[in-house]
Amino acid sequence: MKLLVSTKRVIDTDQRVQVRDNQAEAGDADSPYIINPFDAIALEEALRLQESSNDEVEVVIVGIGQEDYEQELRTGLGMGADRAIWIETPSTLDPWHVAKTLAALVEKEAPDIVLMGKQAVDDDSNQTGQFLAAILGWPQATFASRVEMTGGSVRIDRETDRGVETILIDLPAVITTDLRLNEPRYASLPSILRAKKKKIEQLVFSDLAVELDPRIEIKSMVTAALERKCVQLESVEQLAEQLGNSPPAK
Amino acid sequence: MRALVVGEHDGRTMRSISRSALQFARSVARSANDSIECLILGADTDAVIQDAAQFSPVLSANSAALADPLSDRYAHVIAEVVTTRNVDLVVAASSTFAKDVVSRAAGLLGGVMASDVVGHDVVDGELHLQRPMYAGAVLATVALHGHPQVVTVRTSSYPAVEAATEAFDVENIPVNEEALPNGMHFECLTAKESHRPDVTEAQVVVCGGRGIKNPEDFEQLVGGLADCLEGATGSSRALVDAGVTPNDMQVGQTGKTVDPEIYVALALSGAVQHLAGMKNSKKIVAINKDPNAPIFQFADYGLIGDVYEIVPKLISLLSSRTF
Repeated sequence: MKLLVSTKRVIDTDQRVQVRDNQAEAGDADSPYIINPFDAIALEEALRLQESSNDEVEVVIVGIGQEDYEQELRTGLGMGADRAIWIETPSTLDPWHVAKTLAALVEKEAPDIVLMGKQAVDDDSNQTGQFLAAILGWPQATFASRVEMTGGSVRIDRETDRGVETILIDLPAVITTDLRLNEPRYASLPSILRAKKKKIEQLVFSDLAVELDPRIEIKSMVTAALERKCVQLESVEQLAEQLGNSPPAK
Repeated sequence: MRALVVGEHDGRTMRSISRSALQFARSVARSANDSIECLILGADTDAVIQDAAQFSPVLSANSAALADPLSDRYAHVIAEVVTTRNVDLVVAASSTFAKDVVSRAAGLLGGVMASDVVGHDVVDGELHLQRPMYAGAVLATVALHGHPQVVTVRTSSYPAVEAATEAFDVENIPVNEEALPNGMHFECLTAKESHRPDVTEAQVVVCGGRGIKNPEDFEQLVGGLADCLEGATGSSRALVDAGVTPNDMQVGQTGKTVDPEIYVALALSGAVQHLAGMKNSKKIVAINKDPNAPIFQFADYGLIGDVYEIVPKLISLLSSRTF
């Protein structure tokens, strides 16, 4: 069995992101980058499926983008992925282009499951996994909080507004992962160094024949103003006054 | 322009969030020739359709094969309706249903999609959409290129449309059950049992953060104050991570987005990821024993102190009053 995990490189979530002067990009040139936290959960789940399986399971990670993915892919290899693929693209991509690129890679690699985070914490689109499943015509399980292999299918708990939904999906399939699924392991420096022996294969984007006609054009960006003028209250009575002044409108 | 709003429902009525999606569709429609229809998918949806027809013309895709919201089938039907009726714009309220089903439909239709739209403008005839990025730290203005276009909207930004005096028309859409995908199988739904309103629809939300030590304290302090204010309970990601609260209570970038009249933050630090989920609340009130907690920068009213002392006093004060 083969598991393909898509890992996006994003600005470290501990940073307060600011828009650059060009009003078209966010973050500083020297902002620290990490693997999208939800993708790290997807990779962790792939590694756990590998560890708990009696069969041979290969875990392959892929980084798709304009920037240098080596450090993030090395981290993924350090966590335990068997192999990494880096697809360098000529420009930044819309979720659609990422999905089309992944679909082309799926044709080449023929994985049984593609896993990725439910959303990337930079554009917050929550689209790529669903687009990929649609393009491939595969079943999808979004917002997975439990994954259980049952022969040729997978039983998934999904976190929804209505509660936890349990579905069974046939393979091959796309799974997008939610917060509660697991806690990703830490890739220690020695494990990353040991993983240096593992190969990062570079694929030429133009070979995949993905058209880059833009779907979403960013016209401008502004740093959102979140601050409010806070009135400091002195007592519980004043607090009750504030909450009591505006009784719930029914 | 032909717009199609994908209506979400609970088997009895259309969710009010879908009326916000209708409001978005109405406000981008430019001429009297523009049509807006609402698509209801499901099985035994007579009551839902009657409800939805108060707000918009309804297309009903009713079939036993659509009893459960499986994304492969639902997206297939939506994409087919969009293609055969030459729909230009597909709209839905941003929810886990839309993220799952409508995003997949967009994938079948060419991937021209903007998620979580909070505002729009028409500039030189081009529709410009505002959407948050980076957990709301950045507001981007985007334009979509391609056809058809798919938009999900944050309901806090668009008021729900009101019922019309006369019911709109209902048209049945035939569902070819044999052509539906069959790779996903519904097993069960474990709904959360709560006597409190849904956190995304409540007028008052009381939210607990890292300073709440265990589930019992959460229920007593956060739950107790919420009941006192007839509100819903929410939680920061830190409490979900600590196992104190379930994931479906999480408010923030990776959880739910809320915009109540009153938002009360109890022992909650105010990380930017949390702000993403509640910054549009009308009035934000924070209690925290750390005077330097970031939440105070984002609140309208703040009280410095320990929630374990303050909240029981507050509950007893509020309970003894009549409003």
